[in-house]
Amino acid sequence: MSALQKIEMLLEVKNLKTSFHTRNGIVRAVNDVSFAIAHGETLGIVGESGSGKSVTCYSLMGLVPQPPGRIEGGTAIFAGKTDLLNCSPKELNAIRGRRMAMIFQDPMTSLNPFMRIEDQIVEPLLIHGLASRAEAVRQAVQMLEHVGVPDAAKRIRSYPHEFSGGMRQRVMIAMALITKPDLLIADEPTTALDVTVQAQILELIKRLQAETGMAVIWITHDLGVVAGFCRRVQVMYAGRIVETAPTEKLFANTRHPYTRALQKSIPALQPKGTELYTIPGMPPDLSRPTGGCAFAPRCEIARPECSAKLPELLEVGLQHCSRCPFT
Amino acid sequence: MLRLITKRLFETIPVLFIVATLTFFMMKRAPGGPFDSEKQTTPEIRAQIEAQYGLDKPVWQQYLDYLGHLAQGDLGPSFKYAGWSVNELLWSAFPVSLELGLYALAFALTFGLIAGIIAALRKNTWGDYVPMSFATFGICLPTFVTGPLLLLVFASWLTWFNASGWEQPRDRVLPAITLGLYYTAYVARLTRGGMLEILSQDFIRTARAKGASEWRVVWRHSLRGGLLSVVSFIGPAISGLVTGSLVVESIYQIPGLGKFFVMAGFNRDYTMVMGTVLFYAVLIIVMNLLVDIVQVWLNPKLRFE
Amino acid sequence: MSPPQPITEVEAGHSLWQDAWLRLRKNKMAVAGAIFVLVLALASLTAPFMPGLSYSNQNLALGATAPSAAHWFGTDDLGRDQLSRLLYGGRVSLSVGLAATLVSVLIGVLFGMISGYIGGRLDALAMRFVDILYALPFTIFVILLMVIYGRNIYLLFIAIGAVEWLDMARIVRGQVLALKKQEFVEAARALGLRKRRIILRHMIPNVLGIVIVFSTLIVPRVMLTEAFLSFLGFGVQAPQASWGTLIQDGARSWEEFPWLLFFPAGCFSLTLFSLNFLGDGLRDALDVRASKD
Repeated sequence: MSALQKIEMLLEVKNLKTSFHTRNGIVRAVNDVSFAIAHGETLGIVGESGSGKSVTCYSLMGLVPQPPGRIEGGTAIFAGKTDLLNCSPKELNAIRGRRMAMIFQDPMTSLNPFMRIEDQIVEPLLIHGLASRAEAVRQAVQMLEHVGVPDAAKRIRSYPHEFSGGMRQRVMIAMALITKPDLLIADEPTTALDVTVQAQILELIKRLQAETGMAVIWITHDLGVVAGFCRRVQVMYAGRIVETAPTEKLFANTRHPYTRALQKSIPALQPKGTELYTIPGMPPDLSRPTGGCAFAPRCEIARPECSAKLPELLEVGLQHCSRCPFT
Repeated sequence: MLRLITKRLFETIPVLFIVATLTFFMMKRAPGGPFDSEKQTTPEIRAQIEAQYGLDKPVWQQYLDYLGHLAQGDLGPSFKYAGWSVNELLWSAFPVSLELGLYALAFALTFGLIAGIIAALRKNTWGDYVPMSFATFGICLPTFVTGPLLLLVFASWLTWFNASGWEQPRDRVLPAITLGLYYTAYVARLTRGGMLEILSQDFIRTARAKGASEWRVVWRHSLRGGLLSVVSFIGPAISGLVTGSLVVESIYQIPGLGKFFVMAGFNRDYTMVMGTVLFYAVLIIVMNLLVDIVQVWLNPKLRFE
Repeated sequence: MSPPQPITEVEAGHSLWQDAWLRLRKNKMAVAGAIFVLVLALASLTAPFMPGLSYSNQNLALGATAPSAAHWFGTDDLGRDQLSRLLYGGRVSLSVGLAATLVSVLIGVLFGMISGYIGGRLDALAMRFVDILYALPFTIFVILLMVIYGRNIYLLFIAIGAVEWLDMARIVRGQVLALKKQEFVEAARALGLRKRRIILRHMIPNVLGIVIVFSTLIVPRVMLTEAFLSFLGFGVQAPQASWGTLIQDGARSWEEFPWLLFFPAGCFSLTLFSLNFLGDGLRDALDVRASKD
């Protein structure tokens, strides 16, 4: 443990294990994941679909559908007090939506089509008893304007289907931030949007983070997005963290072969004219654990022992850990 | 909204016209008249009666007369109950049937919704299996089976209720249950399905992420969308309640429109049969229109289409 | 109801039908339902050839008796054997079920197929027509028919069949619309096959599965309508009996002779259950959507 990590963390996750019990066996979606995030920090969680990055955050928010999902173990201490994984629903509800908010991938389906925008945005304030209805509406209009919804006072009376995708994501952001949370979890909030809108939303969250000093966990499959935004990055593969480091270090001194492969597949970082790199093979079937390194079948530098024993997540530099002993 | 209503009303007119025409000519082609049973009638008296009811005129004129009266809401005189018009008979019997139908519908909606919501929230547990097994039975059992069986158990063996009649408030219980049972079961199934679909939507996850309690998730976020299919079922349900009331009113000896209609059928009281059919058609069309309006009101997306 | 997905061949080894058969066999309720209906149908069919079974033999001296060794299901007030009447009633009810279903399937398939195949404005008009018919109290029209033209079992077939075709028309239309966009139909058209030939050789075989499924679901509905009419006195006439008239007789004397109500009601309900389970089972077995996940 370095001296830096001794300061009180906003959220400390230890040995989180989440699995899904399906007809085809137990899918270990998140396997022994530990990490921490400090007040005001930005953490990027990167990985392919099915790497467990979203399920990690859903577990923290208590949003894993149970059944089939099950949180098998671990702790997640929020603000040094509440264990999000083992507290009562009441305690959890007092935190989520108030001190810890989340925005989702698809703004088209994440807003309730049967309710006016107004009723949805003021809801966090009303649920947590932070304002009267009138005051809540006033704050909601202000917040909408702040996230760049034009003519907010009028449009707040609309229904979601009257908004474009980008505008809906702005509404989602306004809704998440209206209680001034300490932590925002953003689950690929730009993936479903047009490229130009993506950049706007990214900028918006950056700006809001700078203003409010909240911590942000940014889930993405795009290392490029992380590079411009997050202070620290954590790469996940097959339900486990394979590498974690401050962003500059990760890019300057990439250790894990999977992270290297990911980096190679960012088009912008490659010389013009070269063929786009793709990682060979398919992500592993999480219902059939191999016992060894999950990336071994696709790894360019794999050795026989890689498939036999799971490598440890070892410290390879200051605040830099990697789950590959051969790099 | 106003456009929807006017559009529907304009659609109604040709439908009613077709129904009226069809029933009129079916009746005209019918073998045997309403006065056949009165054997003593001499040809003179018979002619006199026919003239009195306008039956001596050519068919096309009778048809036009009938349509003319119909346009004014007049369904003509009853062939069987001398001195009574069909309108008077309808209005004397309809309130009873309406009362029965409303009780049945209220019963079906109350218990169907509760059972369906519980089943959806307790999916794949006993709280789901028990009500849904009952629903499966309820859907398969017709009124003319449940009615006599309920009588057997609750009126004959347990003697909690009277076997027939429509005087005391408790006389309403068994008929309403008999008529409403099928719809209770159907509503429960629809509610469960609708709620399960809504509860699996992304926006429910959003609501949970806001810290909404389970209660709030159900009431504020799910119910409206989950009940859409139930609302659209109310239209056909009303049509079915009308048909079901024929049986239920016969079983429990209730002096409602259904019983009148069946009697009129036996007595070959043609104007009464026709009048009732038309009345039922209007009733069902109007109720369907109301259901459509409720549906649009419930689903904001439809308001713009 | 969303238009059902077209049923496409399952690749490799099993044909769609074999696959469906395997799945159906696993569904215990459906198999039990099928067995019950088959046994009942067989018993009803062979009833006239069984010695000692008669629906009309009266024994006024005997009167109504509770179930006994001689009369398993008891006798009615005219001393008629209830089991015999139940089996003979089954003949009527089941034959109405089959015949009226046939009529409704014929109308529904033709209507739906033509509407879906021709498409365009005719289709829109036809479907609006179906919508309007949905809103009408059809059973009441059947009563009207029975009142006017007398109680005749053939009229009953046609009248009930003419009521229950709406769902079938909608389903078949949806199926045809989906099929029309499929490549092999396009190919057939590109080859210059005539419309009638396309319909006969390509559409009908592909619509068959879904028609079979929904037909099994129509049978109980049709039997219900028949029993409903007979119960009200607008169905088959005495001394012939259907389950509906038997239930009506039972309902009239339930206080003294509950077995007269219990057995026909039970038999009828069990048949409805069985047919519904069989229909649901077939739907699950043949439905591609359900078998994918």
